[in-house]
Amino acid sequence: MTNLQVGGDQPAGQHLLEVRDLFVEFHTRDGVAKVINGVSYHLDAGETLAVLGESGSGKSVTAQAIMGILDMPPAKIPKGQIFYNGDDLLKMAENRRRDIRGKDISMIFQDALSALNPVFSVGWQISETLRTRTEMSKDAAMKRAIELMDLVKIPGAKTRVKDYPHQFSGGMRQRVMIAMSLAMDPKVLIADEPTTALDVTVQAQIMDLLADLRRDLNMGMILITHDLGVVADVADRIAVMYAGRIIEHADVHSIYKQPAHPYTRGLLDSIPRLDHKGTELATIKGLPPNLMRLPTGCKYHPRCPYVQKPICVDEEPRSLNLGNGRTSACHFAKEMLDGNLG
Amino acid sequence: MATLGEPILRVENLVKHFSITQGILFKKKIGAVQAVDGVSFELHRGETLGIVGESGCGKSTLAKLLMRLEHPTSGRAILNDKDIFKMSGGELRRLRRNVQMVMQDPYTSLNPRMTVGDIIGEPYNIHTEVAPKGDRSRRIQELLELVGLNPEHINRYPHQFSGGQRQRIGIARALALKPEIIVCDEPVSALDVSIQAQVINLLEKLQNELALSYIFIAHDLSVVRHISDRVGVMYLGKIVEIGTEDEIYQRPTHPYTQALLSAVPMPDPDARLHRDIIRLEGDVPSPANPPSGCRFRTRCWKAQEKCATEEPLLIRRAVEPHPSACHFAELRHVVA
Repeated sequence: MTNLQVGGDQPAGQHLLEVRDLFVEFHTRDGVAKVINGVSYHLDAGETLAVLGESGSGKSVTAQAIMGILDMPPAKIPKGQIFYNGDDLLKMAENRRRDIRGKDISMIFQDALSALNPVFSVGWQISETLRTRTEMSKDAAMKRAIELMDLVKIPGAKTRVKDYPHQFSGGMRQRVMIAMSLAMDPKVLIADEPTTALDVTVQAQIMDLLADLRRDLNMGMILITHDLGVVADVADRIAVMYAGRIIEHADVHSIYKQPAHPYTRGLLDSIPRLDHKGTELATIKGLPPNLMRLPTGCKYHPRCPYVQKPICVDEEPRSLNLGNGRTSACHFAKEMLDGNLG
Repeated sequence: MATLGEPILRVENLVKHFSITQGILFKKKIGAVQAVDGVSFELHRGETLGIVGESGCGKSTLAKLLMRLEHPTSGRAILNDKDIFKMSGGELRRLRRNVQMVMQDPYTSLNPRMTVGDIIGEPYNIHTEVAPKGDRSRRIQELLELVGLNPEHINRYPHQFSGGQRQRIGIARALALKPEIIVCDEPVSALDVSIQAQVINLLEKLQNELALSYIFIAHDLSVVRHISDRVGVMYLGKIVEIGTEDEIYQRPTHPYTQALLSAVPMPDPDARLHRDIIRLEGDVPSPANPPSGCRFRTRCWKAQEKCATEEPLLIRRAVEPHPSACHFAELRHVVA
C-alpha cells in the first residue's frame, strides 16, 4: 500500500481534524467502485482547506465519511482513520458519533432548496437542532434562531423567521442553511459546493459571509469545490483530488504560481480567464477514469502529457514531500516544480 | 477576432411578457412577468455574440424567442431581410433549418431510447431535402467525425457516453441541417472543468470551418469572454450594456457590468489583494414587478432620483463609444 500521509508520522491529536489513509469503496451489482484510495488531510482551527476536484474525484465522499452520512452498504470503509481532537471517529460508538455530528462538525450542502424541508418554517428548522439537543425551551430556541439569521445577515430576521423555504431566494436559502449549521457552534464546517447553484453576485456575497464567519467564530472550514476561482479567493491551503487520491497539496499561493502535478497544471491551463481573452484553450485529453477499472500505476497516466514509460504505467507514485507542507503524487514532482518538464 | 461581416440577424425591440392570470373560467390578467423587455441587437455573419446575466434576466427566454419556440409580445427579428415572427409554411421550415440550438444539459436533452445515429439523423426525417435517404448514415458519420466522436459509435445509446461526449452529440445534431446560426444556451455549464475546454475549442473550430454565427448564452463571464467577439449584458429583461469583448471587460461603464465582473472569482490568489471589490446588496428583483426607471437602481450604489423616474436608454454615452444604459455611466477598470 502506498503511504500518502500529508502530515507525516505525527501522533494523532495534533490537529483539529485529521483524515489518515482513508479508503472507501462502493459495492454495487456491477462491481466494486474504488472511490477513495488513500486520502489524508488535516485541518486546524481558523483555517480554510479547499478540496478541489472534478465530479467523481471523491471530494464529497471524503466529506460524507467525516460526517458519517455515507450509506453503508453500498459504501464500505475497508481502511483508514478520521481523528477529531485525537479520537478516531470511525471506531466511535454510534451515539457518541451522533453527538459530534452536527454539533462539533457540521455541513452545508450545495442545493439549499432540496436540503430544506418545504413544510416547516425556516425558524422551526433552524431551532430544531437546539430543541432536540439542548434543554432549550421552544421560545428560547426560536429566539436563538432569529439571532442566527441575523448572524448570516438575513434582512428582517424577526419577521421572516416564520416564512417557509419557498418564500426565500436562492441566496437567502443558502444563508438559512448556513444558520442551521451554525446552531450548535461547530468547530469544523464542511461546505460542499456551497455556491455552485447560485449566481455570481450572490456567490460573492455567500463566500464573503463564509469567510467572515470562519474568522469570527474561529472555525476550521473544509471547502469542497470544482471552481479554481472560488478556491483562490478564500482558501489557505488546497488539496487537489483525482480518482480518489490527493495528488497535490500546497498553500494557495504556491500552487497557483507553480503547480507540482501535471493534473493541477492541466486544470489551471484549461480554464478561460476573465482578465485576458487568450487564444485556444489548453485541454486535458481523454476522460476521468472509470472507478471500477482504475488504470495501473499513476491513475492520471492515460491523460498525462508528460507520461514516461514504464514507471508511470507500472508504479503508483508515492506522495512526495516537497517541503513547506507541499506534497505531490507524481514521479516527476521535483522536475514539475523546477519547471523542467514540458 | 473575426472582422465584422454583414449583419445576418437584426433584433429590434423584442418584448416578451408572460401574463399572470387569476381565476379558472374567467381568467383575469392581473400582471405580467416582463421576461424580455425591449431587446435590440445585431448578429453578424461568423461572429459570436455572448449574452451574460444572472438567472431571471431573460436570457433563456430570448433564446426561445429566437428559436421561435415562443411568440413575442411585440418586436421584430429580421433574418435575411424577413421578420422571423411573420413566417409560416415553407418559409418557417427553412427558418427552423437555419437556426439551431445547443441545450444546456446533455443528460436530459438526448432521448435515452434512441441511438446516436437516430438522434442526429432525426432532423432529416422532417427536412428530407438536406440529406436523401441513402446518404444519411454517411452524413451522420461525417458529423460524428466533425465533432470528434468515433463514427463507428453510430449505433450506441446516449448513456454509453460521458457528459462531454453527449454535448458533442448535441452539437452534431444542431449541425445536421447546416444552419447559419446556432443558439447555445449554457452549453458548457454542466460539464467538468477539463471537459469544458474541449467543448469550447470544438465550438470555435466549427465556427471557423463552417462560418457559423453563435449566440452564446451563459452566466460564466470568463467563458463568455473567451469565446465571444461581442458581449451583451442583460439585467431584468433588458440589455444594459453591449460592446466588443474588449469594451465590456476592459472598459465597462455600467455599474451592473462592473459589479458582475468584480464578483467573478479569479484563479489567482494574489488578485484578491489588488482587485477592485464591488459587492451588490440583495437579490435580483422579481421581473413581475420590476423597479421603475432604471431596473438596476435598487441595487445600485450610484442611484439618484433621476434613476427612479427616468429610464436610461441603451445609447452611446460621453465617456465611451459603446452603448450603456446608465444615466451616470463612467469608466471603471474592474478586471486587472
